Amino acid sequence: MSRDWPLWEVFIRSRRGLSHIHAGSVHAADAPMALRNARDLYTRRQEGVSIWVVPSSAITASSPDEKDPFFAPAADKIYRHPTFYDIPSEVQNL
Amino acid sequence: MITQPAVGGYALQLGDDALIMAQRLGEWVSYAPELEEDVALGNIALDLLGQARALLTYAGETEGRGRTEDDLAYLRDEREFTNLQIAELPRGDFAEEIARLLVFSAYQFELYQRLRGSRDEMLAAVAAKAVKEVAYHRDHATLWTLRLGDGTEESHRRMQAGLARVWPYLDEMFRTDPLAEALAGDGLAVDAPQLRPAWTEYVAAVLREAKLAWPGTPAVPGGGRQGLHTEHMGHLLAEMQYLARCHPGARW
Repeated sequence: MSRDWPLWEVFIRSRRGLSHIHAGSVHAADAPMALRNARDLYTRRQEGVSIWVVPSSAITASSPDEKDPFFAPAADKIYRHPTFYDIPSEVQNL
Repeated sequence: MITQPAVGGYALQLGDDALIMAQRLGEWVSYAPELEEDVALGNIALDLLGQARALLTYAGETEGRGRTEDDLAYLRDEREFTNLQIAELPRGDFAEEIARLLVFSAYQFELYQRLRGSRDEMLAAVAAKAVKEVAYHRDHATLWTLRLGDGTEESHRRMQAGLARVWPYLDEMFRTDPLAEALAGDGLAVDAPQLRPAWTEYVAAVLREAKLAWPGTPAVPGGGRQGLHTEHMGHLLAEMQYLARCHPGARW
């Protein structure tokens, strides 16, 4: 068994209507502790209304080696971008 | 007849509890089991320091001698401090600190919850803000008590030993204090003995779930409210007051 506590990824929702955004990570022995450590580290200045913690080991990440096949093909397909209509200025967070 | 200085004396008692406990918890920064726990205990210490500032400022105002929160924190001698002795006990191992935090935050929680209804507006306002903070402190201590008590053989042993170490200081927390009792009669303060049943119910449930035994260590005489302190208090004050006394009026 490793001496260090497991690592958890922290996601914070800054206000209602927005999605959770990755804020960083914390060490914790279990999930309730991870939630509280995240609260102490990442929401001290009222940054959030909701926190998720996820064991870092549960995250499957894309590899830098696969960068080209994963992301490059999207570069020349401008028809996928929503650039052909106007967004009213009152709409925020779209 | 209740005088303003009497209310100030009561604010001083609660403020001293918070101040001395904050000083002890602050000692944990860089000594806790993980960096995250340093931050957690540091945050709790800062919450308590915030409560102490409000209460000492109010105590200074009602006293009418022009003393500020800093004068009260840094320029009083040991015998003038009215904190409970449990707050000044030296830093033991982590389990002992958790035992103290459980006992102390559960006490503060019951106290502030009732003090919210005080006829004194300032005390009621401080209590209303502080009760949310100490609810979190109590939660932090509770989860650690469960983890350690119901953890490994070693963590269980240490948690049980930590409880035995702080238990003698419980009696003093729930003792009748003439000042608080008189103020409580006028709906201004909370009489400590009435906190004991709710406190006992909460702590007993935590210990049961954590598979810990209710300690039987006998009570010490106490006397913190009258300015009688343990041998550890002088050392704590020396460290806390050193800078302010060596460099009067120092600012940063």
